[in-house]
Amino acid sequence: MKKLHFSYYKTLKNPVTKTIIYVVLIGIGYAYLYPLLYMITMSFMSVDDLVNPTVTWIPTKITFENFAKAWTVLDATKALLNSAYTSLIPAIAQSLVTALIAYGLSRFEFPLKRLLVVLMLSTFLIPSQVTLVTKYVLFSRLKLTETVFATFLPALFGQGIRSAIFILLYYNFFNMLPKAFDEAAVLDGANSFQIFYKIVLPLSIPAIVTTFIFSLVWYWNETLLSGLLMGNKVKTLPLALRDFVARYAAMFPTADGSAANRINEGIRMAATMITILPLLITYLFLQRQFVESLERTGITGE
Amino acid sequence: MKKNKRLRRAIIGYMYVLPWIVGFIIFTAYPFFYSLYLSFFNVSFSPDGGIEATFAGWKHYIYAFRADPAFPLNFWNTILSIVLSTPLIIIFSLIVAILLNRKLTARAFFRLLYFLPVVIVSGPVVAELVANNAASIVDPRRYFIYRFFQMIPNTISFPFLYMFNNLVLILWFSGVQIIFFLSGLQKISSSIYEAAQIDGANDWVIFWKITLPLIRPFVLVNTIYTVVDLASFANNPVNTSITQHMFDIDKPYSYSSALSWIYFVAVMAILAVSYLLLHERRTKRA
Repeated sequence: MKKLHFSYYKTLKNPVTKTIIYVVLIGIGYAYLYPLLYMITMSFMSVDDLVNPTVTWIPTKITFENFAKAWTVLDATKALLNSAYTSLIPAIAQSLVTALIAYGLSRFEFPLKRLLVVLMLSTFLIPSQVTLVTKYVLFSRLKLTETVFATFLPALFGQGIRSAIFILLYYNFFNMLPKAFDEAAVLDGANSFQIFYKIVLPLSIPAIVTTFIFSLVWYWNETLLSGLLMGNKVKTLPLALRDFVARYAAMFPTADGSAANRINEGIRMAATMITILPLLITYLFLQRQFVESLERTGITGE
Repeated sequence: MKKNKRLRRAIIGYMYVLPWIVGFIIFTAYPFFYSLYLSFFNVSFSPDGGIEATFAGWKHYIYAFRADPAFPLNFWNTILSIVLSTPLIIIFSLIVAILLNRKLTARAFFRLLYFLPVVIVSGPVVAELVANNAASIVDPRRYFIYRFFQMIPNTISFPFLYMFNNLVLILWFSGVQIIFFLSGLQKISSSIYEAAQIDGANDWVIFWKITLPLIRPFVLVNTIYTVVDLASFANNPVNTSITQHMFDIDKPYSYSSALSWIYFVAVMAILAVSYLLLHERRTKRA
C-alpha cells in the first residue's frame, strides 16, 4: 500500500532516467547562466585580456577599471536613485490600489460588474506600443512629460504595468478567504473599509508581497514608455544603459586613438552588470517570495 | 428595506472600483481610441500649441506598406519573431516543468535558476548582451545539424535556424511560463497517474493521454501571456518605426498612430488564432 502512496510517477527509481534528467536540467541551466557568466568575466578583464585570444574565461588579473569607467558614464549614483524611487513608489501605489479595486470586485455585487471585469482583463492584451503615441500627447497636454508623474499617475489609478494581472491575483486571493470573518466584523459594527484594512489586508500578505515585488521589477525594467515620457530628465539605470555607447563616445573622445580609451566589451559588460546588480541582489534575498508566491497566491485560478 | 441595502452595497462597491474606472477612461481607453482616431487624420500644430486634424482616410495605412522603406521589414520581423518564438517557448517550458515536477534533490535550485531572467530582463540589458555576443552561447554554424538545416529548402529550415540563432533569448523568456506549468502540473492528482499505471500505461502514453489534456487550459493562458509579453517588449524593431515617426514634420503623431494600430491588429490576430487552436472544444462528444 505504501508503495502506491508514494506515486511512482514522481519519484525516480531508474538511475539512468535520473541521470538523463539531471544532465538535461544542468545543460539548460548552463544555457541560462551563460550570458551572466560571460558578462561577469568580461567585465573584470583588462584590455590586454580582451584582445588576447588565449584568455577565454578566466582573466589573468582582475581589474575594476571597467566598473569605475562604467559607473562614471552611467552616472550611476544618480541613476540608481532615480531607478529606486521611480520603481518603488509606483510599486507601492500599484500594490495598494489594485488591492482596493479587487476588494470591491470580490465583496460587492453591482450592475455592469461582469463588463468591468472583461474590460479589465482585455487591457492586458493591449501592447504598450498602441497607446504610446497618444499617451505622450496626453501627458504633454497635461504638462507632465519629463516628470515622474507620468509614471505615478497611471499606477495610482490602477493602470500601472500589467495591473490587470495583479487585480486578478488579488481577486482570486480575496475570494479564497472565508467570508465568515467579514460577517463577524459586520456584526461588530465594522464598515467595509475597516474590514478591508483590518481583516482582509493582513490575511493577504502573500498576495501583497507578490504584487509588490513583481511591480517593482517590472517598473525597474520598463524603458519603452518611461524612455519617451521622462527619458531625458529622469534617467533610470536601464535608460542610462540604453544611451551608454553614445554617452561614452561623448565623454571619452577617441581622438588620441589609445587602446585604453576605446570603448570595449569589458566596459559595456560592466555597465550591464551595474544595471542588473540591484535586481540580482534583491532576487537572491527574496527568491522564495518570487518563485513560490506565484504558485501560492492562486493567480493560476482554481 | 432590503432593496435599499442592496443599492447601498452596490454604491460602496462602485466606490472601490471607481479609481480603476477613472484611470481606465483617462489612461487607457482615451489614448487607445484617440490613436485610432489620429491614424485617420492629418495632424498639424496650430500656433497656440493645439492640434488641428483634417481627415485623411486610409492614407497613412497605405503609405506604411507602399512607401515606407523601413516599416514593412520591421513589422514583419517583429511578427515573425513572435509567431516563431511563442510555440518554442511553450514547448520548452512545458518540458522543463514536467522534468521539474519530479522529486529531485536540487529542484528548488533549478527553479530559482530558470526564473532568474524574468527578474533581470529589460530592453537595454538584452540589447547589450546581444551586441556583445553574450547571448550567443554556441556558434551554431559550426555544428553539423545547423549545416544540415541550411541545406534543406529555406521555407522548411527557417524555423529551425531561427531557434538555433535565438536559443538563449527563448530560454530567457520562459521563466514565468515554467512556473505556471509547474503549478498546473501539481494540481493533477497523483491517483490519476497511479490508475493509468495499473492499467499498464507507460510515461509516453501518460503524457499524451493524461498530462497534456489536463494541462491544456494552462497552455492557452501561457500562450496568451507569451504573445503579449513578447509583443510589448521594448526591443522590437517595430518600436523603432513607431517612435521615429512620432515627430515627423509632415505627419506628426498620426502616422505612428497608424503604425501602432497595424501592429495592434496583427497582435490581436495572433491571439485570436492561438485561442482558436488551443481552447477546449466543449461541443465535441465522445
